[in-house]
Amino acid sequence: METFSLTIDGIPVAAQHGQTILEAARTAGIYIPNLCADPDLAPYGACRLCVVEVDGARGLPTACSTPATPGMVVRTDTPNVNMVRRGVVELLISDHPEDCLTCPRNQHCELQKIAAYVGVREQRFRKLHRPPIVDDSNPFFRRDLSKCILCGKCVRACAEILNVGAVNFINRGYRTYIGTLGERPLVESNCESCGLCVEVCPTGALASKNGKAPSREVNTICGYCAVGCGIKLGVRGQELVGSTGDPENEVNHGNLCVKGRYGYGFVNHADRLTSPLIKKDGDFVKASWDEALDLIAENFGKHRGDAFGVLSSARCTNEENYLIQKFARGVMGTNNVDHCARL
Amino acid sequence: MAGLATSFGSGAMTNPIDDFLKASTLFVIGSNTTEEHPIIALRIKQAAQKGAKLIVADPREINLCRFANIWLRQRPGTDIALINAMMKVILDERLEDGEFIQERTEGFDEFARALRQVNVPEASQITGVPVEDIVEAARMYATSKPASIAYSMGITQHTHGTGNVMSLANLAMMTGNIGKPGAGINPLRGQNNVQGACDMGALPATLPAYQQVADEQVRRRFEAAWGMPVPAEKGLTVSEMTAAAGAGKIRAMYVVGENPVLSDPDSTHVRHALDNLAFLVVQDIFLTETAQLADVVLPASSFAEKDGTFTNTERRVQRVRKAIEPLAGTRPDWRITCAIAQRLSGHGFDYEGPEDIFAEIAAVTPSYHGITYERLEKGGIQWPCPDQSHPGTPILHVDGFARPSKKGKFVPVDYSGPAETPDEEFPLMLITGRRLTHYHTGVQTRRVKGLQELAPEELVEISPVDAETMGIEDGDMVRVSSRRGRLEAKSRVTERSLPGSVFMSFHYHESPANVLTNPALDPVAKIPEFKTCAVRVERI
Repeated sequence: METFSLTIDGIPVAAQHGQTILEAARTAGIYIPNLCADPDLAPYGACRLCVVEVDGARGLPTACSTPATPGMVVRTDTPNVNMVRRGVVELLISDHPEDCLTCPRNQHCELQKIAAYVGVREQRFRKLHRPPIVDDSNPFFRRDLSKCILCGKCVRACAEILNVGAVNFINRGYRTYIGTLGERPLVESNCESCGLCVEVCPTGALASKNGKAPSREVNTICGYCAVGCGIKLGVRGQELVGSTGDPENEVNHGNLCVKGRYGYGFVNHADRLTSPLIKKDGDFVKASWDEALDLIAENFGKHRGDAFGVLSSARCTNEENYLIQKFARGVMGTNNVDHCARL
Repeated sequence: MAGLATSFGSGAMTNPIDDFLKASTLFVIGSNTTEEHPIIALRIKQAAQKGAKLIVADPREINLCRFANIWLRQRPGTDIALINAMMKVILDERLEDGEFIQERTEGFDEFARALRQVNVPEASQITGVPVEDIVEAARMYATSKPASIAYSMGITQHTHGTGNVMSLANLAMMTGNIGKPGAGINPLRGQNNVQGACDMGALPATLPAYQQVADEQVRRRFEAAWGMPVPAEKGLTVSEMTAAAGAGKIRAMYVVGENPVLSDPDSTHVRHALDNLAFLVVQDIFLTETAQLADVVLPASSFAEKDGTFTNTERRVQRVRKAIEPLAGTRPDWRITCAIAQRLSGHGFDYEGPEDIFAEIAAVTPSYHGITYERLEKGGIQWPCPDQSHPGTPILHVDGFARPSKKGKFVPVDYSGPAETPDEEFPLMLITGRRLTHYHTGVQTRRVKGLQELAPEELVEISPVDAETMGIEDGDMVRVSSRRGRLEAKSRVTERSLPGSVFMSFHYHESPANVLTNPALDPVAKIPEFKTCAVRVERI
C-alpha cells in the first residue's frame, strides 16, 4: 500500500490513501478525543470532539471524517479547537447524571476520560436532571438512556457490523433517544444479545450486569461452536467474570455471539462434578480418585478387544482426543472409537 | 465428510471463513448460519451487504432469507432433486466450466449422461421450488463467480446425506468453483473441536490425519511410534456401538464428554442399550443424563481450566489456554485418560503436559507435522502444514485434488426421499436443529442463568396453516409423537415453518426431541436422519 506523509502537531506522520486524519493520528499514537468514532464503523461525525485545525481549510473539520492528504498540516491543540471541545463536553455533561463513582462504567468511561483531557473543572450551564430511563429486560446488560450521549455507536454497530438493526434513533432534537421497533423492551425486539453495543458504548448507558471487573485476562478459544472465535476470558481469583472478543484473532476479528460473550457461567457453576462417583446399590457414592481408577482398570481389563467401546469428545482438545483413540487402540485393542461428529 | 472425501479426497472446508467476503455468489444450503455459526453468518451478511449475491435453500424461513436474492424453499429431504435440477439447467445452458472439467476432474461424461435424464419441472414438483427460481439460482451460481457453497447438518443428517454432499461437490466442480479464493465447498462443522477430533483419529476407521487402520503400513508406523499393537479391523460408529451394546456385543464403554442419551436419535433405545452394559464409565463436567446411567463417573475440568489446542471448522489449529486452575476435585481429561491407560498397560502415557502430547501428534500426523506450540503463539495455523517453514494452507485443492489421480471425481447421484415420510397417522415432517441461545444438549448453556432466561423452554414451531387444521393456537401445550416416542412442549405458531413440517431443537431434557427422531443411517457416513422424521402434533 502506498503511503504519504502529513504533519500532525509538528510531527511527520505516515498515512495510507483512504485513511482519515483520525486514523492517521491513531496509527502514529497521537490521541485526538472522540466519542462516536470506531475503527470498525463508517465515519459519522456526530460528537464534534475530534475537531482539528488544518492549514488552508475553512473552519474546524472533524478528524474522523476528513481524509488525510499528502502534505496536510494538522493541529489538534489550538485555542479554537480547545474552545469548541470544551463547549461540547460541557453541553454533554450538563444533563448527564453525576453518579460516576457508582456507575458501572466508572474508570472505563470515554466521557469521563474526555472531560479530564479537555480539563472541564466547572459547570457553566444550568444542570438538567434526567431521571434514569432503564430497560432491564436483557439478562446480561441494562440500558439507562439518561446516560446516553446519542453517539449512535450502538445503532451503527448493530446495523453495520451485525446487520441486525435492533435499535435506532427515535424522535429529533433534545427529545431524541435510542429505542427498538415499537419501543418494546430489548428482549422482545430482534436483539440477539451479542453485547457488541455494550462493548462500543462510551458511557454507562449500556453496561454489563456483571459487576465484577477482571483482575487478569487470558487469551483462549471459545468452547461452543466450530467457528473457533478468539476470546479473552476475564478472571478474578479462580472465577471467570467476563469474556470479550480477541480483536487480533484471524477468525472472529473481535466479534462474538451471545454464547461467546456471556456463556461462560457454567464453568464455576455449583452443579460441577467435583468428586469421582461410584454407583453402589443404584445410588452414587463419592469416591477417591484411586478407588475409582482402580475399579475402572479392573473392569475395563475384563472387556478388552471388540467388547469395548469408546466415545471420545468433540468438546475436548486435540491432545485429549489423540490420547483417547491411542488408549482405545493401543491399550484396549479395539477400533471402536468415535465421537459425535455425525450428531 | 465421506461425500467430500469421495469427490475431492479430503473432507473439510476448502476455504477460510474470511473468503466468504471475497465471494461474488454465496449459496447457503442446510445451514441456519445465524443461529448455529453466528460469526460466520456475520461474514455472509456483510458480503451480501457489500453486493455479493446470496442464494439460501432451506425449508424454514431462517434469518438469512432476509438477506437473500433468492430463497429456495425446498421440502425437507429433497436437496438432491434441487441440486440436480440446478446442474441440469447449467448443462442445458452450457454454463459449465469446460476447461476446469477437462483439466481438473474425471467422470464428467458419465455424470452428464445421468444428469440429462433429470427433468426440471419434475424436480420442481418434488421440491416445491418454482422452476423459474431453480433456473435463476443455477444461472446466478454458475455465472457470478467466484461462488462459494456453505452447508451444515441440514445437508448431512439425512439417510442420503453423502449423496447430498457429493451433489454439491458436482455442482462446484462443473462450474470450476474449487481451489480459488472466494469459491469452494464449506461444510460448517458442529462442535468446537469436531474437526480436531476427526483429525486426531477419534474415528473407527482412521488413525490421525485420516490414515486408514485397514492399511498395514499405516498400522506398522503407529505400532512403532506407540510400542503397542494397533487392531486391523475397523471399529463401530456411535450408532453402531449403541446397537452393539443393546445386543450385548459391547460390554463396557468409556464415554468422555458426550451425552448420547440426549444427542443420539431414538433416545429410549440409547438408554436401554447403555443400561445393558456390564460397565459404563462417563467422564464429564456435569452429571449429564448419560452420566446418570454410569457405574463410575469421573469429574473432568472444563476448557477454561486446561491447555491444549482446538481445530476449528476452517482447519485452523489454535491454542486453548488455561484461565483458571482445575476446579478442586476435577482433573483435565488428558490426565484422567493417562491414569487409566497406565493402570491397564503399565507403560507409556507418561506425558509431562499438553505440549508434550502435541509434539507426538505432530510427529505421527502428516498434516500437523509443521505445527508447534511455539508457532501457535503467533496465531492459528490451517492444516495441511507439512513442515515448520510452511505457512499453512488456507485454500485446499488449488493445484490438484487430494485423490491419487489428483483429479476431482464426478459421482452421479440419484434423488431418493427420506427414510420416513408423512402418512395419515404421522402427517408432519419433524426437522431438528439448534437455536442461537443454547448449545447441543444444553448441559452448559442451560446452566448459564441469562441464557436460560432468554430461552427457558422448547417451542415447537408450526406453520399457521397446520396450526389451524389442528386447532392449535400460539402458546398451546402440544404433544408431539412419532413411531418411537412422544413428548410435550409449548407451540409457537410461525410463518418460519413450511406447511407440513414442524421444527424443534434438542436442547431441552424436558422435551427431548431425540425420543422422536429416526435412527435410520446414511449407509456410507453412518449419520442418522435427524433432519426428517414423521410426527403427529396434538393439542393437550
